[in-house]
Formats: sequence, C-alpha cells, structure tokens
Amino acid sequence: MAKIVPLPQAVSELVHDGDTVALEGFTHLIPFAAGHEIIRQHRRDLTLVRMTPDLIYDQMIGAGCASRLVFSWGGNPGVGSLHRMRDALATGWPVPLEIEEHSHAGMANRYVAGASGLPFAVLRGYSGTDLPHHTDTISTVQCPFTGERLAAVAALNPDVAIVHAQRADRDGNVQLWGITGVQKEAVLAARRSLATVEEIVDELTPVPGAVVLPGWVLDAVATAPGGAAPSYAHGYYERDNAAYRAWDAISRDREAFLRWRRTIEEAA
Amino acid sequence: MTGTAEPVAGTQSATTWSADEMMSIAASRALRDGQACFVGIGLPSTAANLARRLHAPRLVLIYESGTLDTTPAELPLSIGDGILADSALTVVSVPEIFNYWLQPGRIDVGFLSGAQIDRLGNINTTVIGEYDEPAVRLPGSGGAPEIAASCREVIVVMRHRLRAFVEQVDFVTSVGHGSGRGDRELLGLRGAGPVRVITDLGVLEPDPDTAELVLTALHQGVTVEQVRAETGWPLQVAADLVITAPPSTTELETLRSMRTVGEKGTS
Repeated sequence: MAKIVPLPQAVSELVHDGDTVALEGFTHLIPFAAGHEIIRQHRRDLTLVRMTPDLIYDQMIGAGCASRLVFSWGGNPGVGSLHRMRDALATGWPVPLEIEEHSHAGMANRYVAGASGLPFAVLRGYSGTDLPHHTDTISTVQCPFTGERLAAVAALNPDVAIVHAQRADRDGNVQLWGITGVQKEAVLAARRSLATVEEIVDELTPVPGAVVLPGWVLDAVATAPGGAAPSYAHGYYERDNAAYRAWDAISRDREAFLRWRRTIEEAA
Repeated sequence: MTGTAEPVAGTQSATTWSADEMMSIAASRALRDGQACFVGIGLPSTAANLARRLHAPRLVLIYESGTLDTTPAELPLSIGDGILADSALTVVSVPEIFNYWLQPGRIDVGFLSGAQIDRLGNINTTVIGEYDEPAVRLPGSGGAPEIAASCREVIVVMRHRLRAFVEQVDFVTSVGHGSGRGDRELLGLRGAGPVRVITDLGVLEPDPDTAELVLTALHQGVTVEQVRAETGWPLQVAADLVITAPPSTTELETLRSMRTVGEKGTS
C-alpha cells in the first residue's frame, strides 16, 4: 500500500546511488519536481531510463546524477538538442555517460514485457537498421508458428519508476489522464515506484479514459503541485513552451547551467 | 507516380514566397483527403496541418504521443502538446499507438524528416560520423524506424543540402529502400517505403527498377544544376521532369496564418 509522504522523504527512501531509475511521462506529466529532488539529494551513478530524455534528464545529467542513459529520442522537442547530454557524451562533463539506444516502439515494448512479467517482447521493427549493432538488448527470435524472424527486446525492469499524475486519494490510488504515454507500464515493470501528484483528494472523481494506478502497486505518493512544469498536467496547467525554448541557451553553456543548478539547490 | 503537379487549392498564384514555404506547400499537396497520416514533428507536422486546412479536411493525423485523429487549431511545438490531446478523437497509450495502430499497417502515409538521406532513401537521425565517436550527436530514432517500416507508404520532407543528401547515410536509423529494389521485402518490411522526397528545391522519387532517388520535379525558379550541386551522388533526372505549380495565394496565406502553440510573438 502506498505511503503518502513528503517528496524529499520518498526520494531518500526509494532512490539509491547506482539504481536504474525511470522517470516517465511522454511530453505530458513529466516528473520534474522529483527529478529536481534527486539532483538536490546528490544521487550518483544512476542508470536513467526514459523514452524521451527531455529537459529533465538534461538537467540530471548536467548535475552529475547519471552514468548511463537508456532512451529512444534525446532532444528538446521542437527546439533542438539536449546540450548537457551532448556534453557528457562528447567530453565526459561532469561525468562520462554511456548510452543504450532504442526506437520508441522498442522501448515501449520493453516496458510492456517488464510489466507483463515476461523476459522479452517481440515487434516487427529494427530490421535493416543499424540500431541492433550497437544495442545488446535487441536480438531476433523466430516465430514458432510461422517461422517469421522478428525483433526481440529484453524486458525493462527498473529499480524505481517515478511518474507524475493529476491526483490521488488518501489511500494512495492515483488517477492520471490525457496523454498517458508509458507511465502505467513503467510503474508495473518497476520494483519500486513513486507517484507525485498535483493534489490529494478525499474521493477520486471518475474521468473517462483515465488510468488508475491502485495504491497497492505503488510504494509512495507525494504531493507536488506544479510538479510537472515546464511540461504540463492536463486539466491543471499548460505546457510552458517558452521555458523549453529558454532552456536551449542555459543548456548550451556550462556556467549558465551551474547558475541554474544553484537555483534548484536553493529551492529546497 | 512521376511528379505530376498536384491539384492546387485556389486559383490565384502568389507573387513571392520562400523556398521553405514552397516545400511545405508541395508536401501538403502530397497528402490526400481521408488518408491516415502518421506525423513527425517539424516540417511534416506543418505540411500535414496545412493539408488539413486546404484540400484534405478529413486527413486523419496521428502523432506518436497517442493522439488519434487530432485537429489542432495551432501547430504543436512538440508531438505531445496538450492541444493535440484536446482536439483528438481519442488518446491511447504509447505501446498501443505503435503496436495496434502502426505495426499492422493501418496507416496510409508516414511523414518523416531527417538529418541525412541517401541515394536509396535510407534516413539517418542518429549520428553524423562514427557511432562511438560522432562528429554530431543527433536526437536518435524516436518513432521513425517503425513509421518507415510499417506505413503503407512514406513521404520524406527535408531541406535539400549537400551535407544532407549523401551517397550513403552514416547510420541507418530508418530503412528507405535498403540496398536497393527488393531489399525491403527481404528484410520483412511490409510498407512500400519512401515514394517521394519533397525538398525546398524539388521532388525526388525512387526509380521503379533500382529504387535510386531520381529528380522528378523542380520548384519554379530552381535549375537542375542547382539540385545537382546540393546532391551527394550523380543525380539522375526523369525524362518527364515537371515544374511544381507555384503556391496559390490561398495556400500561402493559410501557411502564413498558422502559428505555433505558445508562440505569442516570440521565437
């Protein structure tokens, strides 16, 4: 059953140095507040897993939290590159970064296999691309019924999954709607999980199409109003596209980034 | 399949336009009403939304964030902007959009861009140079490999530059025609692959026998020599080379009226 705890306590109890950590949220509901708390608690040597690393991983990589990145598209959506990620890959600043690279369909299916308790998933992809030559969690398998060769991807079971959602009730049942990405799969695939929410309510109002993560599949729920900004929380606030554009200049310059990092440390 | 001029909305021709505007308009003309289109962000998204405002009001736009049949009033900055979810027929999870909608071949057209494309239509969005010591690290594959593999056909839209139109891509992120005609079938890829590459200079299409990209249309005011100068292989020119119809005033005004979400006068 999920404990309702303050965010610093949740991160301190659930995220350890060396862990494989997935912060998911596909453009929408990205758990920025939790990522910033991980930066504040100086976690090191994390394997960061996320389909679209986005600004949150650029920030965590720049802060030296990560030694490895598992991903499928690493950019600032609609704006350009993730310069902290590029810097870590090219020069090892502030620490060297290894990568494991997939396609979106590959990553999504790795989570599906993880959530399903299976060792791998199959998909009709990757054939003819150069990705399998560089990623050892991509292989092929022969269909036992038709003989067709298909791509196989290893299940992904993070030590911790962290997602952000609109709301939870006092029993820790979490309700999430809008673009739902792979959050459900990431939580169900992970050994431990944390949901940060905009608010805790006495009773969840039904929302058509909403995903509900029952409190008993989660370890902790923490309130973090505005915790997805500058991404967005459908029904609560909009995506701050100007902040995404502004990140480009901060991310390009190590000094500007370090100044940004101090604002995060001081916001504790 | 050669670059015949597509129907043009409106009758008046505009007087001046940029090469990028011509590219977006030419790309929008390649989409037909009622098709289901899997849209990448950037140039493809602009062109697809333009088509929906002009000649293809029932174009079904699908983004990899899981928004099915979305009708945004403004252009999204990212594939997961809230405006895409708000205006969609429905929103599904990311595993579902790839496994149920894209993989079985339900999508008519995949609309892609890239940093490099080669003679055989293979696309690179991963690295320029060696994978382990790249000269430039690009965003990576995202949804593109499966869009290229599974859509019934693929249309590529990108700026025509010598550094981008290369003999052979540094990294195959998304398969075009692989090593030549027939290779897609050997690889088990079910869609037809790239049927057209629309640039700011003209249009290239695969040769029916070899799958090598051949120049089939020039935009007005562009010469074959200009295109050859920006192409990294000895470019063949179709015998029936056509000139793209210039933008109509309706097309140009509609394109210029489209704004990106959250733009509000700033860049």
